[in-house]
This record gives sequence, C-alpha cells and structure tokens, in this order.
Amino acid sequence: MTLRPIDYVSLSIYFLFVLGIGWIVKRRIRTSEDFLTSRHSVPVWITSLAFIAANLGAQEMIGMCASGAKYGIMTAQFYWLGAVPAMLFVGLFMMPFYYGSRARSVPEYLKLRFDEKTRGLNAVTFAVMTIFSSGISMYALGLLFQLVLNWSFTNSVLLSAAIVLVYTFLGGLTSAIYNEVVQFFLIVLGFAPLSILAVSKAGGWSGISKHLQPVMTHTWRYVGHASENPMGVDAIGLVLGLGFVLSFGYWCTNFLVVQRALAADSLDGSRKTPVLAAIPKIFMPFVVIFPGIAAVALMSTASGYTLPLKPSGGYNYDLVLTTLMAKFYPNGTLGIGLTALMASFMSGMAGNVTAFNTVFTYDLYQSYIKKDAPDRHYLWVGRATTVVGVALSLACAYLATHFNDIMDFLQLVFAFVNAPLFATFLLGMFWKRSTGHGAFWGLLMGLIAGGLTLGLTEAENKGGWIAPLHHFPSSMAQNFWIAIWSWLTCFVITIIVSLFTKPKQVCELENLVYGVTQIPREQGTVWYKRPGPLAVFVAVLLVVMNVIFW
Amino acid sequence: MDDLRRTTGLLFAILGGILLIYGLAKPDIRAALDSDVNVNLWTGLTLFVFGGCLLWLSVRTRL
Repeated sequence: MTLRPIDYVSLSIYFLFVLGIGWIVKRRIRTSEDFLTSRHSVPVWITSLAFIAANLGAQEMIGMCASGAKYGIMTAQFYWLGAVPAMLFVGLFMMPFYYGSRARSVPEYLKLRFDEKTRGLNAVTFAVMTIFSSGISMYALGLLFQLVLNWSFTNSVLLSAAIVLVYTFLGGLTSAIYNEVVQFFLIVLGFAPLSILAVSKAGGWSGISKHLQPVMTHTWRYVGHASENPMGVDAIGLVLGLGFVLSFGYWCTNFLVVQRALAADSLDGSRKTPVLAAIPKIFMPFVVIFPGIAAVALMSTASGYTLPLKPSGGYNYDLVLTTLMAKFYPNGTLGIGLTALMASFMSGMAGNVTAFNTVFTYDLYQSYIKKDAPDRHYLWVGRATTVVGVALSLACAYLATHFNDIMDFLQLVFAFVNAPLFATFLLGMFWKRSTGHGAFWGLLMGLIAGGLTLGLTEAENKGGWIAPLHHFPSSMAQNFWIAIWSWLTCFVITIIVSLFTKPKQVCELENLVYGVTQIPREQGTVWYKRPGPLAVFVAVLLVVMNVIFW
Repeated sequence: MDDLRRTTGLLFAILGGILLIYGLAKPDIRAALDSDVNVNLWTGLTLFVFGGCLLWLSVRTRL
C-alpha cells in the first residue's frame, strides 16, 4: 500500500481538528470534576455516540473484520446477542443507581454500596487492566502500520500517543468525549465505502451466500453443537458466556463505557445514553464484519483478491481489513480509510486514559494517599496521571514487542476480569441483604476461579498451565466457560458470605439499591424521548436482525 | 452543543470537499478492484454532504 500526498493531507487535517477540540474545551476546565467527569454536563446525543466510540478501538475494527473472515456472520453475535441487550440493561436498570448515587466512578459506587476494600480491589484491577489494554492496542497498531505502510514502529506509536496525550491533557473527559463523536462518524463514513465496495464486488449478500459454506452466512442455525460451527462453541456457552456474563460484565461494569453515560446532563440522559447508542450498534456489523465475510467470498470469484498469508502458513486474518483497503480504496479515499483507522485507535486509547486518570485520582490517590487537599491539587493530579497513563501505555507497547507471550496471557486474563464483577453489581443493586464482606470475597474468589479454570483447561494450546484436565474445541469456547465459572463463583460466594455477615442499614442504601431508590416516572413526553419505549423499539429491531440472518 | 456540530461539520465538509475535487480532477485514479466507479468522487460527495448537513443543523439552531 503506497500513500500519496493527498492521503497525508486528510490525516493532517484530522489531527489539526483533534487538537483544536482539545484547545477549545480547555477553557471550560476549572475544577478536577470538570476535567475528570465532565460534571454531568454533556448532551445525550454526544454521550451516546461517545459511548459506542470508546469501545470501537482499532483492535475492535481489525478484530471484527478478521473474525468476519474467519467465522462469518456468527461474529455478529458479539453485537446482536452480546452488546445490545447488555446496553439496554445498563441503561434501563443500572443507570438509576450509578447516576443517582452521585458516584464519580464505578469503584466509587462499590465504596458507597459496599466498603473500602471492595473499591480498592476493583480500582487496582481496573487501573492495571486499562494500562495494559491500551499498551497492547498501541502495540498492535504500531505493528500494523509498520507492516502495511513501512512506517517506523517507534514514530507511529509516539505520534499517535502524543496526540491523544495533548487533547486529553488539555480538555480531559469532555475533550475525549467530543473527539469520540468525530471519531465515530469518521469510523462509520471511512469504513462504510469499503463494506459497500467489497460486498457489491462479491455479488451482494446473495452472491456471498452462494460462494460460501452456509455456516458463514447464518448466526444461529449452527450453534446447536460445537463441532458444527467455525467458532467451536455450543449454544449454552454462547448464550450464557457471551450473551450474559461477558457482555453484561463489559457494558454494565466497565468504567470506560459507564463513564460516558455518567457524563450526561441528567439522569434521564444517562439512561438514554446506552439505549440510543444501541441503535447504531445494531448496524455496526454491516460496516465492520461484512468486509471480512466479503473478503472470503471474493477469494472464490475471479476477482483476484486473496486472503493475506502468514509467513508460517495459514491465513493472517488480522491483515484482512488493510489488504481490502489497499485493493478497493484509491489514493484519496485511502487517506480517509487510514484516518478512520487512526481515529478508532485514538478513541480507544483516549477512553482508556480518561478512565484510568479518574479511577487513579479519586479511587486510589484521594482515598489512600492524600484525602483532604484543595480541589486544585486533584486537578493537578488528574493532569499528571494523564501523562503518566500515556507513558505507562507506551512502556507496555514496548514491553509487548519483547514479551509477546506475557501479553497473550494478559489478554486471556483480561477477557474474564469483568465477569465476576457483574455478579457483584447484580447483587449489590438488586439485593439489599448483600454485604461488603460478601462482595469482596465473592469478587476475589470469582477472579481466582477464572484463573483456575484457565489453568485447568486447554484450547488451541492456550491455558492449561496447572493441569490440562479438559479440552475445549476453541479458545473462544474456553473463554466463554471461564467467564461462566468465574461469574457463578462470585455470585454464590457473595450470597453465602453476605448471609453470615451484617448488612448495612436500609437508610444507608438510599439511591444505591433497588427498592430504596426513587426511579423517575417517564411520563408526559413522546415515546422516543423516554428510555423504556425506546428500549422496546431497539429490542424489536434486534429481533428483526436475528431473524433475517438466522 | 452547537459548536461540536459546527466543528464536526466543518471537518467533514473540508475532507469531503478536497476528496470531491480530487475525484473530479483526477478521475482515473482507481484502486485495483474498483475499475467501474470513481470511488474518490462518491466518497468525497458523501462526506461533503454529511458535513454540510451538520453545519446546516448548527446554523438552524442558532437562528
């Protein structure tokens, strides 16, 4: 792939705008809360788009296209079975407690609802995970640019990190959120032409269905048995592991996304944020997964496209997206495509950085290091943490170039870290009797159970480092089952320990738990402005998608 | 927030405008697999129109 000046023009204009937004927002930053939480001031259309953009990192784009080529339309399960129902749930049932509690972060909610140690455990795991994830995705992007464009790894990683640092340092969360809106539109408009071109070249959906095995063009038909579908997952693992534990764990408890909804200017807005975000989310597979499926179909037509190969043999699915771009985008549009890829990387990284600095400043620094400083001090700490966060991510990216195995292992671990947390939240928000001791031990045991399951099972040569007692047909199936065991352990242990320990007084649980929290009635406005009816609309849309691609 | 609509609209109008002009000026720049469509022209037009819509929205609310 060779770039021409015109491609660099688009990329440079985009960079200018990104920095400009940071500069404009900077004027509004006076307190630490302006910087770290946007002080409940962002309109709902903006938080909704930021809510999905923060998740649309470069790894997501590259990974979804790769999975499309590898597993076909079944990949859409990550959206249609996974993300969307979880987004509706967090909006309708969890935001009243998150927003109503006035907590500034997810760990802080745990402190208010349970106790200090539960907050500490969550804050530390979250902070570590955020830094490593952002480092790993930086590494992946640097490697990709090196391979495809011959850019130097160091330069591309440093440049993109520097830009993210500048705009998050200047304008904090508000700047990150505003940029995420721009990034969202760039991602959609930059990748949609690729999808349209690749799918139409492959003869449309009917052409694709004709060229491919039927397993590639159905979401549900082949999930009855693990051996029948390319993902190697069974229906229970898929529905419980992905559809319930992993998706709800991610969308309902990951501060990276919850932070966007909390920035909304009202409780109503924060509830509508994930629900509205679910509408574009339903359609994202057409932009991110379809090109991958079309790529495989193109192989069996006389188009001249072939899937990229690994030096060791076998297909290198991670390169599908960029090779498709090289084949379908002329110089000019190619610049837009690359800008979109860069935008997706930045949105993911800024999401991590802004979540990290908030959790560090409020949940670690203010709670354990310095309690009663003037707010100016915490604003300074927030800014300093932004710099440190970016620097640590960079360090991780370099670590990844030397210790690939460790990074692989960490990604396996991160895949289930949020799984037990969802059990903690479910019990915390809907069961008054659950206690701090219960939550802490449940969470800890849940994490350990996840680690043990990983150590005792094996799939595709991953895991099994204690003793490979069980073999899974695919690492995806392994991942789903680890999540299920981890969740279940946390759920059971939390209940048992809670029953033996003293609960909080009911008056202390106001605005934190179902039953002692006023949930506003949604009346007097048109249906599409109310979270409930909107969610019903989204659910109908979701069912339609699942039926069409059954 | 109308200034975000304006900023985003401006970005897309500029990016789309440049691409549109490029597509008109150099219609034979094609990628390997799209011989029959001028991709730059159509992508440029789409981005430009999208940017224009956002700008129109931001102006309309301020009036």
